[in-house]
Amino acid sequence: MLAAMTPTPETAKPAIAPMQAPRVTAAASAPVTSPTRIKIDHINAFYGQKQALFDVNLEVPDNAVTAFIGASGCGKSTLLRCLNRMNDTIPGARVEGQIRMDGTDINSAEIDPVQVRTRIGMVFQKPNPFPMSIYDNIAYGPRAHKLVSNKAEMDELVEKSLRRAALWDEVKDRLGKSGLGLSGGQQQRLVIARALAVSPAVILMDEPCSALDPVATAHIEALIDELRKHTCIVIVTHSMAQAARVSQITAFFHMGKLIEAGNTDQIFMAPKLDQTQDYITGRFG
Amino acid sequence: MNTPIAERPLLGSRKIHAADTTFRISLHVAGALVVVVLLSILAIMFIGGKLAFDTFGLGFIWGTEWNPVTQVYGALPAITGTLVTAVLALCIAWPIGFGIAFFLTEICPEKLRTPLGVAIELLAAVPSIVYGMWGFFVLAPFMSEYVQPWLTNVFIWIPPIGDSFFWFTAPPIGVGMLTAALILAIMILPFIAATTRDVLLSTPQLLKDGAYAMGATRWEALTGVVIPAVRGSLFGAVFLGLGRALGETMAVVFVIGNAIRMPDSVMAPSATIASVVANSFPEAEPGTLDLAVLLGLGFILFVVSFGVLAVARVLLRQERMS
Repeated sequence: MLAAMTPTPETAKPAIAPMQAPRVTAAASAPVTSPTRIKIDHINAFYGQKQALFDVNLEVPDNAVTAFIGASGCGKSTLLRCLNRMNDTIPGARVEGQIRMDGTDINSAEIDPVQVRTRIGMVFQKPNPFPMSIYDNIAYGPRAHKLVSNKAEMDELVEKSLRRAALWDEVKDRLGKSGLGLSGGQQQRLVIARALAVSPAVILMDEPCSALDPVATAHIEALIDELRKHTCIVIVTHSMAQAARVSQITAFFHMGKLIEAGNTDQIFMAPKLDQTQDYITGRFG
Repeated sequence: MNTPIAERPLLGSRKIHAADTTFRISLHVAGALVVVVLLSILAIMFIGGKLAFDTFGLGFIWGTEWNPVTQVYGALPAITGTLVTAVLALCIAWPIGFGIAFFLTEICPEKLRTPLGVAIELLAAVPSIVYGMWGFFVLAPFMSEYVQPWLTNVFIWIPPIGDSFFWFTAPPIGVGMLTAALILAIMILPFIAATTRDVLLSTPQLLKDGAYAMGATRWEALTGVVIPAVRGSLFGAVFLGLGRALGETMAVVFVIGNAIRMPDSVMAPSATIASVVANSFPEAEPGTLDLAVLLGLGFILFVVSFGVLAVARVLLRQERMS
């Protein structure tokens, strides 16, 4: 069903890597039936005096990819950073409302934001491997949170994480080398593997392919489609083609408000609102 | 009307741009001047001090006796004083400077950042002679009255090295290596703090976000990700401070006690290369061994400082390249 899922070549050489044109996959058209993982409830977000999100309500289902689309500054990245309380690290940022993950409000005063981030992985616009070996990058989370008790278990976890991120075959001979020596696409898969190593319930991706070439992008998209079988994935993207390719649910944002959300097919083929129609057909934004 | 650009002939338009050429030549001269000055200083120091090296050989560096009366000069006491005060100063200033830098970049409220940063930079603007006088009139009596007796009492149990070095057991006279190291620490603190702050600020936010997103606490992000990423630059900051401490003269002359002999404790009066030269230079006649010895000392200090700064530069550069 996915051309991009053909076995990954040893190195991402453009000549032999899949380079299909964007297209909606068969998987995307099936309606999502899995239960809600995250319930976003009346969220307002502020940076100092400036309000970035206005009363956003959305349910994010498990085992599916939910895409946030919209023009720059529409609040989609802000909402993403609300989901793992990354906004806490920005001075002056404030979030009102509830975000329930499996029923628990992650903004509750009784919750340690560090624990929230441990359960929710995040991938950023540009790959940000830590300045250490490939092995240690993957081992970072398991070590910090004491997930394994010996070297053998760690070796196993590192291999498993790299395999899940479809990177193992490319790096298995140089696990001790710096993660910074990999190509951009490999680095992005490395940080995905790093996030996977702690088995997060949710993975947030903030324009994960914006710094990658089309081949590396195809790899990441194939990986996202594979990962969603076991994980809840939320992806922010500027590319509507990407949203159409990888997501099952799409939410369209404009000026800090959630305009329309629904099955990706419906949003792209039969949006209920003219505003959504205008954006996805490129009439503005 | 002048001819429009598109209609002017391109062939034959080549000409010499006089201003560019003049500018380029003057830049070459300016660049060369630095190298010429540096090399000539090194040469003059070496030629002037050659008599000292000829007379004492390597013993000039390793000799422990310094006696102008018998004309025996060994630089080891001054070299020891220089290195001990500089390294002690570094040990005191580095943790504090690093703490200041981390506070300014991570913890400090936005509003206080600039005023505090400026205050630290102002510390660097205090003339060294002012530090010297302050050290002599305020710090030395304080050391003699409170710090030295206390240190002697607390560390009396540390066994001496042989029968010549007694660590913190010394008469509390106020001046000495420890006091000089404290003054030096205050003087290099702004350099270390400012350089470390710049290094920390230059760490990409993306890298810190990555650590936070992995469930790292502030401390874990700093120690596990940020510091490893900028390790070389941080060492560079330390070495810049060390280089400055090695060559500092005026403040040290006031508080080190100016005793050119091997120190018998950390708090003993001693001398640094720079302080020896500053104290002895007015009495050194041209052409004598006395003067050659001082120039030779200058040469040694130059080489040591140059080595330290070279290491600092290499460390700072490594980071930029990676």
